[in-house]
Amino acid sequence: MKILTKWLRAYLPGLAVDDARLAEDLTLRGIAVEGIYDLDDGNGSLFEMDITTNRVDAMNHYGVAREAAAIYGLALPELSYELPKARQSGQDFPVRIEAESECGRFTARVLRGISIGESRDWFASAEVATYFGLLEQKRISNAVDASNFAWLAMGQPTHTFDLDKIEGGIVVRRARKGERLKTLDGVERVLDAEDLIVADHAKPVGLAGVMGGWDTMITPATTNVLVEAAWFEPMAVRRTARRHGLHTDASHRFERGADFNAGSVASALVTRILLANGGWIEGNLVDVRVAALEGRTAGRAPISLALSEVQRILGTTVDEEGISAATVENVLQALGCELATCGGADREGTAWLVTLPSWRLDLEREIDLIEEVARVYGYNRFANTLPAFGEGLSALPWADSETAVRRTFLAAGFHEAIASTFCSAAEAALTAPQPGLVVPLGNPLSEEAGVLRPSLVPGMLGMIAGNLHRDVSDVRLFELGTVFSGTTERVEERPAAVFGAVGSLPEEGPLHPQRAIDFYDLKGMVEQVLARFQARAVYFDRFPAEAGLTPAWLHPYRAARVAVDGATVGWFGQLHPSEAARRKLHNLKQPALVGELYLDRLYKLALRKPIAREISRFQPVRRDFSLVLLESIGWEKIDQALARLQIPELVDWRVREVFRDERMGAGEYSLLLGTTFQAVDRTLREEELQSFQARVVEAVGRAGARLRS
Amino acid sequence: MTNEEIPNLTAFDEAALDEAFGVLERQARGDAAALDGEAAVEAYRLHWLGRKQGRLNEVSGRWLKAAPAEAKKALGLRFNALKAVVEQLLEQGAGAGPDGAALAAEVIDITLPGTRRLTGAEHPITKTLNEITSVFAALGYSVGVGPEVETDYYNFECMNFPPGHPARDTQDTLVISNQERKPLRDRLLLRTHTSPVQMRTMELQPPPVRIVIPGKVHRNDAADATHSPIFHQVEGLCVDTNITFSDLKGTLDHAMKALFGSAVKTRFFPSFFPFTEPSADVQISCIFCGGKGCKKCKQSGWIELLGCGMVDPAVFAFAAEKQPAYDPKKVSGFAFGMGVERIAMMKYGVSEIGQFYAGDMRFLGQFA
Repeated sequence: MKILTKWLRAYLPGLAVDDARLAEDLTLRGIAVEGIYDLDDGNGSLFEMDITTNRVDAMNHYGVAREAAAIYGLALPELSYELPKARQSGQDFPVRIEAESECGRFTARVLRGISIGESRDWFASAEVATYFGLLEQKRISNAVDASNFAWLAMGQPTHTFDLDKIEGGIVVRRARKGERLKTLDGVERVLDAEDLIVADHAKPVGLAGVMGGWDTMITPATTNVLVEAAWFEPMAVRRTARRHGLHTDASHRFERGADFNAGSVASALVTRILLANGGWIEGNLVDVRVAALEGRTAGRAPISLALSEVQRILGTTVDEEGISAATVENVLQALGCELATCGGADREGTAWLVTLPSWRLDLEREIDLIEEVARVYGYNRFANTLPAFGEGLSALPWADSETAVRRTFLAAGFHEAIASTFCSAAEAALTAPQPGLVVPLGNPLSEEAGVLRPSLVPGMLGMIAGNLHRDVSDVRLFELGTVFSGTTERVEERPAAVFGAVGSLPEEGPLHPQRAIDFYDLKGMVEQVLARFQARAVYFDRFPAEAGLTPAWLHPYRAARVAVDGATVGWFGQLHPSEAARRKLHNLKQPALVGELYLDRLYKLALRKPIAREISRFQPVRRDFSLVLLESIGWEKIDQALARLQIPELVDWRVREVFRDERMGAGEYSLLLGTTFQAVDRTLREEELQSFQARVVEAVGRAGARLRS
Repeated sequence: MTNEEIPNLTAFDEAALDEAFGVLERQARGDAAALDGEAAVEAYRLHWLGRKQGRLNEVSGRWLKAAPAEAKKALGLRFNALKAVVEQLLEQGAGAGPDGAALAAEVIDITLPGTRRLTGAEHPITKTLNEITSVFAALGYSVGVGPEVETDYYNFECMNFPPGHPARDTQDTLVISNQERKPLRDRLLLRTHTSPVQMRTMELQPPPVRIVIPGKVHRNDAADATHSPIFHQVEGLCVDTNITFSDLKGTLDHAMKALFGSAVKTRFFPSFFPFTEPSADVQISCIFCGGKGCKKCKQSGWIELLGCGMVDPAVFAFAAEKQPAYDPKKVSGFAFGMGVERIAMMKYGVSEIGQFYAGDMRFLGQFA
């Protein structure tokens, strides 16, 4: 909204500050001036305003002038316009309010002998031509300009009808379903019983508080005019405007609460401008009011305000006196409130009954008045104090777990990413751990973002593809985020982690060959994540492809399920080749790897607390075994066989090497098993070692391995 | 190296032995004086301790054998002492390490780049969220979270956005499908702000409350350089007896100084939020120009950073339905909320909000 300081100063001749200072002072009181443009030639400045929606009363020149008057303690003259004496008519123009809960006031004035043409100024301070010129407001005709001028001056919507097109009189009522109205924008609208309209005795002539009708509009041929200035109930206007997809100056004001008392003033202002081109008023101003709505607005009951409450909420000020009774009175009176003292006479006990101004429907409660006091007094005149420390902290139960997981991924060289909360229905179907429990949006941003993500995998695949398409060939990303499952009745949210990688390990240097990141790198990272938690049993397994248990986005033979204490906590492995192809990720030197962890299940476990264990002072002894195994026998079998031995001195065993060569039998491979023996209390004797070795050989033999000769 | 032959001993009395071993020790020390480099050390070792031609071996061969039985002990003691001296000299010589030339041959190019184990980078949004929450944690605030899918009641109604209120228009909402048949308050939507967690917290916990709530929020906004339908907020709530507007000012002034440096100034403007009253927008003095005015602050010297206000009594009234202790006549409080992306963009010089959600390795790697 644009405000002319020239116009403001016309209302406030005593305003002494310059425009820059005025802008700053208004801004600090919440009447924000976003831009100041110097207009030269003694025309003052143009303020570009940004006023919050609760302050519609200040979205006009008189409203801003009132704020300035309050800030500087100036007197603001009341708006009133003298009109020439009316010619009498036989009877008042007929106006009836049928929708009594939605239209509170309707004023109508009949003007005759009007000539429609260029608007003329009628007195010095209402310089229509000058103000419109400075505001770059187009001048259309005196009828339109008059309404616009009243709008810019005092923010009251008005409407002018061609009186000769009105049949009978005015009725404000709900529309009947199927009634038609062509509005001023030229659109033919079919009305509904929800719509509040202004009608004559035969037809709708306007959407009440939103837009007038085409057939009754002022034309160059118009000579008789009906001026409307009304008060419509906010919800009714909002409903009508929304139903028709309209947002007009008028609807904006009415939706936020117009001034119940402003109608007759605005009507007089419009009349003055129209009469400048000739014509006369016929009859009295018809002013129909609904007492119930007037009682809820202009006539609403005073509210009480206690000084102690003002001080309880606002606290300490920079100047020592603090907020005094005089401050409260000065501020509120300047804003148009009337204060009557009540309650105790002592300073602390001061209280008032406050009668509220008709233009401030946003003021309803004591707290609203306290805000006004703080606002006009100046927020920055309050001190910076700190509240006393209260009760102890309550920590988020899984905050530490999340930090542990994040740190493990970061240490593994994966960057943290944040992807969209949404994915397409097709992606959801592919990746949802519980197919069918996918939640669609009612008004999605796009089809690709049609549902709440049931998995973090779609986002990760998108980010991997995005990097490769930007020629970034090494990708290592993870995301910690929320996944959604359920129905449109009930949505469950769970924390999850996703990770994905393509390219080489996170090592960068000229001297060592780069190694491609592979399945086992991911597995190692998962193991490290799981190692942060106190679990009884962690294992990885794989299911036959025909079992259909492996997620469809994974390569069925190069993927693992992650199980902790019997529950599935995630899946990871190579991206399924057909999914890779679909995303143009199939021509890579190394396949893309991706995995997801269900953190809600992991977070049920306690974080592992490191406990130091005594380190043996005695020499460890290493023994390697070169084993030959059938391809069908995995490391897990050997691992379990050694675990079952339960030799306390067998402190470590690991795969040192896996190799295959053609001299071995068909379907066989070789594995170099490294073992370490160590006792905590003695040096191991040769005989003991011999016996341990024999048991190792026997155990791996039972598991299906033989020693390589 | 001493090449003098080991003489034969004729007398084995103490004085003769002292004399003979004294000569040998002087020789051993003399030989050891010039031990530089591994080769010299090895030669010394062979010369004195070699199993076959070593001088000590010769001593033991000639003198020990020839010694009469009564002198063997005295001779043995002196022999061992000499051996210890030689071994010690050898150790000293070996400790001196290889000579300069040998070292020079081992030269490496230290100007080649180092091998870096790359660690991952925390997302700048996570980093910023954590920085903000830890500032408030230090002021005694707990950290809370809430669901991203909310009901209309929590997102709007109890935050004092009555049904049909124009303020709802300012937060274009993404909704879950098929909600039309439900009562308005039960309809599911993606929360447009973290404020609903204020109510969820108060419903569970009587006052006092001090909590910060980091979280992801969504709005049905068109994406541009500074707007995204997905973004993050940190919400804060402090409720107790006698919490005042000046406490709100002091708390946020402290927090902004902790986040942006002690030289930062704050100023408060009236604003409007349905769930606070009085409401304020907070500006900080521009962190780029210190308030002199620059491009980043549009020459104003100030940057708008967050919204806040005193908790509206209507919000307390909703909370009091489940926790009667939230009586607006007895308790008061303040709430604040800030956009994390905006702060992160400012702190790290990010120009496009969309970069936060693209997962671009080149962008994210900068924050390692």
